[in-house]
Amino acid sequence: MFSYIGRRASHSILSVIGLLTLVFFLTRLTGDPSALYLPLDATAEARAAFARLNGLDQPLHWQFAEYLKDLLQLDFGQSLRQNRSAMEVALEAFPETLKLAFIAITLSTALAILVGSLAAARPGSLFDRLASLASLAGASAPDFWVAIVAILVFAVGFEILPTSGTGSWAHWVMPIFVLTLRPFGLLVQVVRGTMLSALTSPYIKTARAKGLRRQKIIFGHALRNSLLPVVTVAGDLATSLVNGAVVVESIFGWPGIGKLMIDAIIQRDFAVVQSTILVTATAIFILNIAIDLLYAVLDPRIRY
Amino acid sequence: MNQANPILKVESLTVDFLSDNEPVRAVDNVSFHVNRGETLVILGESGSGKSVSTSTVMDLIDCPPGDIVAGTCVFDGVELSRLDAEARRNINGRRIAMIFQDPLAYLNPVYTVGRQIGEVFESHGAGSGKEARAKSIELLRRVGIPEPESRIDYYPHQFSGGQRQRVMIAMAIALKPDILIADEPTTALDVSVQAQILDLLRDLQRETGMALIMITHDLEVAAAMADRVIVMNAGSIVEAGLAREVFSNPQHAYTRRLISALPHGDAAEVSNRRSTTSAGETLLQVENLTKEYVVASGAFAGKRRFRAVDDVSFEVRRGETVGIVGESGSGKSSIARILLRLNEPSSGKAVFAGQDVFRMRGKPLMDFRRKVQMVFQDPYGSMNPRMNVRAIISEPWVIHRDILPRKAWKDRVAELLELVGLKPEHAERYPHQFSGGQRQRIAIARALASEPQLIICDEAVSALDVSIQAQVIELLADLRTRLGLSYIFITHDLPIVRHFADRIMVMKQGRIVEEGPTSTIFSAPRHEYTQSLLRAVPKPKWLVPEERPTAERSVGKTGLRLERTRNGSLAG
Repeated sequence: MFSYIGRRASHSILSVIGLLTLVFFLTRLTGDPSALYLPLDATAEARAAFARLNGLDQPLHWQFAEYLKDLLQLDFGQSLRQNRSAMEVALEAFPETLKLAFIAITLSTALAILVGSLAAARPGSLFDRLASLASLAGASAPDFWVAIVAILVFAVGFEILPTSGTGSWAHWVMPIFVLTLRPFGLLVQVVRGTMLSALTSPYIKTARAKGLRRQKIIFGHALRNSLLPVVTVAGDLATSLVNGAVVVESIFGWPGIGKLMIDAIIQRDFAVVQSTILVTATAIFILNIAIDLLYAVLDPRIRY
Repeated sequence: MNQANPILKVESLTVDFLSDNEPVRAVDNVSFHVNRGETLVILGESGSGKSVSTSTVMDLIDCPPGDIVAGTCVFDGVELSRLDAEARRNINGRRIAMIFQDPLAYLNPVYTVGRQIGEVFESHGAGSGKEARAKSIELLRRVGIPEPESRIDYYPHQFSGGQRQRVMIAMAIALKPDILIADEPTTALDVSVQAQILDLLRDLQRETGMALIMITHDLEVAAAMADRVIVMNAGSIVEAGLAREVFSNPQHAYTRRLISALPHGDAAEVSNRRSTTSAGETLLQVENLTKEYVVASGAFAGKRRFRAVDDVSFEVRRGETVGIVGESGSGKSSIARILLRLNEPSSGKAVFAGQDVFRMRGKPLMDFRRKVQMVFQDPYGSMNPRMNVRAIISEPWVIHRDILPRKAWKDRVAELLELVGLKPEHAERYPHQFSGGQRQRIAIARALASEPQLIICDEAVSALDVSIQAQVIELLADLRTRLGLSYIFITHDLPIVRHFADRIMVMKQGRIVEEGPTSTIFSAPRHEYTQSLLRAVPKPKWLVPEERPTAERSVGKTGLRLERTRNGSLAG
């Protein structure tokens, strides 16, 4: 198992290096930061001094070599905007995103398992049809639209929830609701589908012939065998949330890594962009390993 | 026998299944009963409705699509359909238990066997936790699982096929049921393992006095177990009575046909389908063929080598049928795959029509693949479900362009279909529209399309009903005479090849343990393993004395050893 993790880690380091290279050059296509950070009437000398100070006057490949050299010493560069370590900025924002992602994915998975299993237990019933309708709606509604409508209704209309920002528990409600909706919708479909096929498997017949209670057959035998595809999809959704829900974080002014990333791109704060990419890539790598290990826990036939 | 008070009495049972919203009658006016301590065998081929009636008793039929139109099931004086779900649940597993055909599919793959057995106790309030565990260990010991204290924490996939069926049996007998229903319990097992499982069932029945309802398509198994037998065909009972009478003097035409299709007549050899022509020149010569696999084992065990095929030499002459017989894991299918160049051998040589098979490249290899064809066990799995029969049969001509010009394809497909006993208009249909036997005929037609000289049949008839088996073998024998084909016929079922193969090789653990003309193998087997295989073929119950002598039981012991070593090599 440890050799498996080691192998996966070494592969991931390669892809992270590739990713950082790509990001390094792509961000520099967005333009010259001095155009943003200096006043419009700054002199040519002032611009040259700014470029020199931040190493922006060097040829691109030289800048890249410098960047790699610094990376090896765990120096991730300075934020132009905030004038402190870029990594510090990224690591400050990341926990905010993690909290949101964790709550949203746990909530949507738990709800989806319950709703999907009950729907599959009685296919074609009223509950099943309602669940299918709800999940389809949840999966297809664009999150930015839901977010804006929610703000209009609950913050502007009823004035029971704050429009954006952080502080009280009320600030959590709308972001979590919006981020839970789509994963919930998709997962209900997955759970229902795999449960339907699990409930027709031979071992379910055995369980019925043994005289087990219905509840135990559904949640003990069928569900446990349906979890692998659910974990796969939930893991994929979790990945996109950890990546920073850029749109939702921006709409709700949530100080997470998604918002930080988009702000840094707009502000041409290159070191911060690179640091946020590094942080999320590492998190996704750890998440994927965890999902793989979870497979082995759920299915004893899978061994690494 | 207490005829007056049977433990289970099924009367005029009629069940429909909805298929495309059309009700199809699966079981039509079926009545039977079973007494305590008695074995009733329900005999029939696939689709005869034999499983449906017992599934009704167990409340395993979903309605819809199933629909119990009429009939009653009275268990121990209680009409089952009047009971509510909870009362039905209380009977299942406690008073009526069931085991199934394929224990790997019927055991939950993600739970240990201990947990699955323990559940029976827990759900019927007969003990939980440590108590259930102790009882489960005792059960595993009783059904012959070695080292039950540690094996109880194993998962189903870590057991051999025979052991998994033992686990199923342990689960079924946990609460000493009044009736045990066994639905094709040995169909997926090797013959020596089958003998042990049947022995175990008989012993348990003697110990507990339970009634046994056994569903099977296998006449030998039926004869070996039955006190009484009912024969089903197309949803109805066509014949019923004492086993001895039904088997020795079948009344109904269907039963007679079934029994005559049985591949093991005695020395009379009424239906000899061996090749009559004296064998011609050597077509295939195999020398010292060996295939080794490196088995990845635990972190500290290092690499181990496993010989799937061990120094095997044989030859096949033109117009000859060579039977390769062995149980699962004996290496017989590995030989087929290596000869077809699907896997590479570790060492050894094979010469086909003067050419070294393992050195072929490019054009010679293409030609070789055209001349050697394969027919697989599962004709459905080996056909693309989205291709119609014409496309399936013409595919070899797409690959080997020089066989036939495109405009002749249609006529040739029709010709081939007629050759294998189908109709030319079947060409436009798809595989799922055919029965198992018809599909195997299509697979044979496909093999014939490339005009082969040698056909390798890997368990080609094992999945078919016994009467269909006979037809397919008849067809193969006929084609051999008409087209001068040679066959390598791989099977685990010794009796099948009796009237078909000219020579037989018996394989065990990758080696050929015995080889010779078919009649010699059957009349005077020399190797102990061949003898045990022949002995393991079930014998009619009425010919076997009640308390069998110890010599008879030694079959079971060799088999058990076999099973254990195989499992040992798996578990490492």
